[in-house]
Amino acid sequence: MSAVVRERPADRAGREALERALAAWPAAAAQLPGARGTFVAKLREEALARFCASGFPTARDEDWKYTDLAALAARSFLRVPDDVQAATTEPLPHHALFDDLGGHRLAFVDGRHAPELSSIGPMPDGVRIESLAAALARDPAALETWLADTRGHSAMAALNTAFLADGALVIIPAGVEVAEPIHLVFLAATAATIQPRNLIIAGERSKCTVVEHYAGSAPAFTNALTQLFLAGGAETEYCKLQDEGERALHVGGLHVAQARGSRFGMHSVSVGAALARHDLTAVFDGEGCTAAIDGLYLAGGRQHVDHHTRIDHAQPRGTSREHFRGILDGRSRGVFNGRVVVHPGAQQSDAWLTSRNLLLSADAEADTKPQLEIYADDVKCAHGATVGQLDENELFYLRARGFDAAAARSLLTWAFARSALEGIRLTPLRAHLERACLGRLPQALPLAELM
Amino acid sequence: MDTDTARIDELISREYAHGFVTDIEADSVPPGLSEDVIRLISAKKNEPPFMLEWRLDAYRHWLTMREPDWSSIGHPPIDYQDIVYYSAPKAKKEGPKSLDEVDPELLRVYEKLGVPLKEREALAGVAVDAVFDSVSVGTTFKTRLAELGIIFCSFSEAVQEHPELVRQYLGSVVPRGDNFFAALNSAVFTDGSFCYIPKGVRCPMELSTYFRINAKDSGQFERTLIIADEGAYVSYLEGCTAPMRDENQLHAAVVELVALECAHIKYSTVQNWYPGDRDGKGGIYNFVTKRGDCRGAHSHIAWTQVETGSAITWKYPSCILRGDHSVGTFHSVALTNHRQQADTGTKMIHIGRDTKSTIVSKGISAGRGSNAYRGLVKVLKTAEGARNYTQCDSLLVGDRCAAHTFPYIEVRNPTAKVEHEASTSRIGEEQLFYCRQRGLSAEDAVSMIVSGFCKEVFKELPMEFAVEAQKLLGVSLEGSVG
Repeated sequence: MSAVVRERPADRAGREALERALAAWPAAAAQLPGARGTFVAKLREEALARFCASGFPTARDEDWKYTDLAALAARSFLRVPDDVQAATTEPLPHHALFDDLGGHRLAFVDGRHAPELSSIGPMPDGVRIESLAAALARDPAALETWLADTRGHSAMAALNTAFLADGALVIIPAGVEVAEPIHLVFLAATAATIQPRNLIIAGERSKCTVVEHYAGSAPAFTNALTQLFLAGGAETEYCKLQDEGERALHVGGLHVAQARGSRFGMHSVSVGAALARHDLTAVFDGEGCTAAIDGLYLAGGRQHVDHHTRIDHAQPRGTSREHFRGILDGRSRGVFNGRVVVHPGAQQSDAWLTSRNLLLSADAEADTKPQLEIYADDVKCAHGATVGQLDENELFYLRARGFDAAAARSLLTWAFARSALEGIRLTPLRAHLERACLGRLPQALPLAELM
Repeated sequence: MDTDTARIDELISREYAHGFVTDIEADSVPPGLSEDVIRLISAKKNEPPFMLEWRLDAYRHWLTMREPDWSSIGHPPIDYQDIVYYSAPKAKKEGPKSLDEVDPELLRVYEKLGVPLKEREALAGVAVDAVFDSVSVGTTFKTRLAELGIIFCSFSEAVQEHPELVRQYLGSVVPRGDNFFAALNSAVFTDGSFCYIPKGVRCPMELSTYFRINAKDSGQFERTLIIADEGAYVSYLEGCTAPMRDENQLHAAVVELVALECAHIKYSTVQNWYPGDRDGKGGIYNFVTKRGDCRGAHSHIAWTQVETGSAITWKYPSCILRGDHSVGTFHSVALTNHRQQADTGTKMIHIGRDTKSTIVSKGISAGRGSNAYRGLVKVLKTAEGARNYTQCDSLLVGDRCAAHTFPYIEVRNPTAKVEHEASTSRIGEEQLFYCRQRGLSAEDAVSMIVSGFCKEVFKELPMEFAVEAQKLLGVSLEGSVG
């Protein structure tokens, strides 16, 4: 039996982009920190081999069924040479620095640490908030255990690792609480390929709040990867805001490994970029872990936003809560794939997953798949998914009370969105996220007046 | 609990009650697949040239396809050259005209299975088109149906006597290149059932086919085609049992339903093929393509299935809701025990305005069974006001089984309302304790709880099937809880 495989134009574009990426690699790798003789060099090489084996994902890969990276593949895969940073083409979005947030800020421009935009306040002993490149140049071996953990990594994560250079490094020692938020902001200034790699290590019983924030108006391609390790009893409040330019492409991975009794709380907001893809995985490596994830995505125009999440209940007595909301307008498309895997022996796991989608226009599309895979019997698992439009009765109620049609619609839309943000404890942060969302809502003007 | 455990062990190891092989001289071709085999099948069945062309096209397309591997099931590779593609019970000169002419050996097989044709004919009022291996042996109640203009016959007969209908509808719902197994079926199918209900006719009885797999090493490739013309109604029952067997057998059937304006087709299945022994040895591979096309406005297709048998069940009875206001429903109970695997669900494709679909899926996993619901609800742009409600529940019995849900939802119309709910639970200690306290044995308690779990689906089944299904579940599950 012979298989006839025809190459689609999109695949061809992907293959050509892959060839470009490969051509760029040797030159780029030679300049990267820890280029020779360290585990980092080996890690990069292995990752490149992995990426080459799989290539750019296509619509024929089940995990990429609804998201075509053809547009991405058409871009150049050359790394930003250092001198390009000076020749910034787009103004930096200074409002994205969230000055009123307080706490610590680590800023990156086009993937490179920008000390002039960063501000690190006084910190408890042993806490490190710095550039990964600097840490790698100083003592690469200290980070090997963490960086080499490639569980859950996709082809795009391998691509990131192949070009691993800079990003944020946050280390919170055991028992330490960092009260102020740690704001990691990634600004895109040029139409570059930006591949930040972030590493966050939270020690036993430590507490911290981290904001991972992407902004900028440049048509950049961001392929970010963040690894988060929670030691026993650690508590992390995490927030990811993707607010990139309207022509940007964003692929972002967040991989969380949780040890016994750790708690991971997350709010994910995705409003920017022409195409955004988020891969989020959490693995419960110890008993009694908790993960609570609230997600919100807003898309209009021809935007495409895709969330793939996976929670592995690998150990007993874990609890996961995942609630995603999507608001889709214009000709946008929202994709959500939530996967919960309860491993053999992970008894008394408790998982709850919902995906709710609001379609505001006749041309928008929602594709959702809440997926459960269960290999243990003493579990409580539920999931739900809805796709619909605004309720006629609710609209009528508001109109009967004097709201015009546009105001009523945007008020109800906002109410739907806001409940995803309510759990954010840090008021200034919540205000920033609300503003980011409000700006993207259709007919935001009457709403702003109402509020 | 010790005596219970012993009893449970005994029940778990209970052998398949319907296992036996009947020795009938079969008229088989040697194993293997080639254009020559297809020509031979077509010639043996004395088919018109268009059928042969159709088969060959399907075969050539099949050669370009790869076996799908995306499902959550696992099995050793299938050697398609090691399958006997044609096997017919030895034909008498002209073929049997009535049951009296049927090979008494065959009739005894049905007797053992509890499907006495005559009894059914007389008592149950069910017309049975019994398929023994690949050629239909007896068809009953034909005359009564013929009075109403209903055509209910074997597929080969339909090809001979109603070639125009076959030509018009065959492959119109499941194209011959639809998927790997459908293409294989299109190339080599030997027989099946054909049913046509004319305009405005309400079929007065449940139509039923009992499929049996018998000759050793002969995969079954059935083809069923049901057409309900405008305003017609038909309820069709499909039930299966199979004798015990050591080698895995491939069963790749295709079922096509066509509902024209205001037509209503109800298709019910109770599947109890040999599931393999407790180590997963033997057992049937049930890879079936079932699809219904609601072509006309206000048409309705209802799938109801109870899947308790087969080593692997892999099928997605689907509805294409093309006509405005058409309705698709899917009710399913899938039970896996020992090492059985099931990957089943449905597809509801909403194309017409105000189309409605309901999905109720109940999966029960016991032993080392693995049960997956995989479904797609797709609302196209044209499907103004489409409505879907999906509920899929899993019940886990024992800590070594697995239950999965893969619900795909794709919505392209804002007026659509799509809801999906799923839950996973197990039979609770408290529930069992409560029942046992009131004097029920553990077995009865489990059986009762499971019956309650599946009630919504059973009430969709025709009366005689509901009874059989209850009994099947009881037998399959007894002893799996301790």
